[in-house]
Amino acid sequence: MKKNVPLAIVLVLGVLFAVQYFVPSRLSQRLYDTTLEWDIIISIPALAIAVDSLVRHHVVRIRQRRKGWGYSWVYLGAAAVMTAIGFSGGISEGGLFMNLFTFALAPMQSTMFAILAFYMTSAAYRAFRARSPEATVLLLSAFVVMLGLIPVGAALWRGLPGLSEWMMQVPNMASKRGITFGIGLGSAATILKIILGLERSWLGGSE
Amino acid sequence: MRTIALAGLVLLWTAWAAAIPGPAAAPPPQPATVAPPSDLAAGDTPNDAGQSISLTWRPSPDEALGVEGYEILRAESAEGPYAKVGYVPSGFGSFDDQAVPRDGRDFFYRVRAVGAGIAPSEVAAAGPARSSQQWYNAARTNALVGTLLFTLIVIYFIQGARRGRHLFIRRIAGLAAVEEAVGRATEMGKPILFCPGMDPVTSISTLAALNILGQVAKKAAEYDTPLVVPNRDPIVYTVAEAIVKEAYAEIGRPDAYNHDSVFYLTDSQMGYTSGVNGIMARERPATNFFMGYFYAESLVLAETGAATGAIQIAGTDSITQLPFFITACDYTLMGEELYAASAYLGKQPMLIGTLKAQDWSKALVGLLLVAGAALALSGPGLRQFVLRLLSID
Repeated sequence: MKKNVPLAIVLVLGVLFAVQYFVPSRLSQRLYDTTLEWDIIISIPALAIAVDSLVRHHVVRIRQRRKGWGYSWVYLGAAAVMTAIGFSGGISEGGLFMNLFTFALAPMQSTMFAILAFYMTSAAYRAFRARSPEATVLLLSAFVVMLGLIPVGAALWRGLPGLSEWMMQVPNMASKRGITFGIGLGSAATILKIILGLERSWLGGSE
Repeated sequence: MRTIALAGLVLLWTAWAAAIPGPAAAPPPQPATVAPPSDLAAGDTPNDAGQSISLTWRPSPDEALGVEGYEILRAESAEGPYAKVGYVPSGFGSFDDQAVPRDGRDFFYRVRAVGAGIAPSEVAAAGPARSSQQWYNAARTNALVGTLLFTLIVIYFIQGARRGRHLFIRRIAGLAAVEEAVGRATEMGKPILFCPGMDPVTSISTLAALNILGQVAKKAAEYDTPLVVPNRDPIVYTVAEAIVKEAYAEIGRPDAYNHDSVFYLTDSQMGYTSGVNGIMARERPATNFFMGYFYAESLVLAETGAATGAIQIAGTDSITQLPFFITACDYTLMGEELYAASAYLGKQPMLIGTLKAQDWSKALVGLLLVAGAALALSGPGLRQFVLRLLSID
């Protein structure tokens, strides 16, 4: 019963929305729009549950004095302060809440994003070591493509930008499209498996 | 007396000067007239939910003389009154009136060329036209045929698997390493980290990731290895928690489930990345799984994991992030392998049947590609036919 009900819901709704894709009528469109609204409605209690989980997680960390438990105090404190400011002063532009968001949270997120450049350098070093024939092909291709994109490349050899463009548009594009075909069929198969109830891992088990 | 005479002279002169017509003022320039648009046709917009009429016309041949655009006018009778319902800039010859008041009623249309320096052109008229809703989108017939064909192939292979037919599946290194990766974490007494991607539960790659989570959780429960599952989406979190709980129950160890192992982190992309990096740096998981859809954070996550010395298995259908995972992870499931993972790990014949169906469908797509390319090269007419056949609205 615990699994049959969700499976039945998935089967009915799965078939219904597969049919909906081919029916453009107003009724069909309304059904689709209503479902999208349900999605938002469902996400609100889910968010409350999620925040509860996050708070519990940090409380447990503090209680058990796990490594780095001090950071949990930082989280709980920041969450409490932001919530209090949001409820008391509102979240309008120019207010304390938005200022904290704009001048504290946003720069922290940007900083995290910016360190991507350093990770890219270390990853590139690892990727471009010619340890195998495949890695050597990768290294040479990357060298040609990068050189073809900068003026020095054209100065060294006029054909380099064209070769770089060809490598991006032909072999690279062909392999990307090959992967895309696989993804399309794979996702269609996954949907079918779930709708038909063959794939039940998402329910936690196969029985 | 002389003063009076002088004043009289001045008055006379003023009157005379006023009576004489001055040099003729330049007449205002006449706005140029332009030829109207022609061949206006109006008809129901196909494959829609109704209340929309599509118009097409041939643009004015005098567009270069200052036509800035076309005004579209609508009326309920041919005589009018006409009201403006739309405007399109010059160079375009079509418009969808998506604000038709009612389906099934006649409407008349006029289109005229307008511009700042020109007089509005004569109108092109069309009508009556009626809008209606459709119950089948004919433009998606090719998608319907493809879906039905693919479903039939899947059902055929599932039936074959049911009858006990042996289906060979090639070894997928990334999935073969799952057992080893879980075993390694067990031996080291360290946790397994599982990130179910950045997308919400409506994304198919997230569903595929959750399917894999079910299998990994079972192995973790079997070996009694701690599992850490931080989530970015609240609904994914609730589903992931249920999956892990059920997996422990299925293995017969519901008591071993740790309520703190699956938790919500944040929906901020870089906040999540920072949080997961912190977990990797502090708890040093022996194995990291990155399954699902990832964005720019993929390399930050995978490089941090690599720096901690963990075995890393990634799987994504995000083509742009694949190179980063391939570089920084020990094993990477590329595209469709992510979807195949659950069947591969679960080893259920019926699920493996769907993998076979995928392979045969891919072969069919390959054949279609070759045939389509051959037809397209045969001539422009055939090329158009192939494009129409494969285009989906």
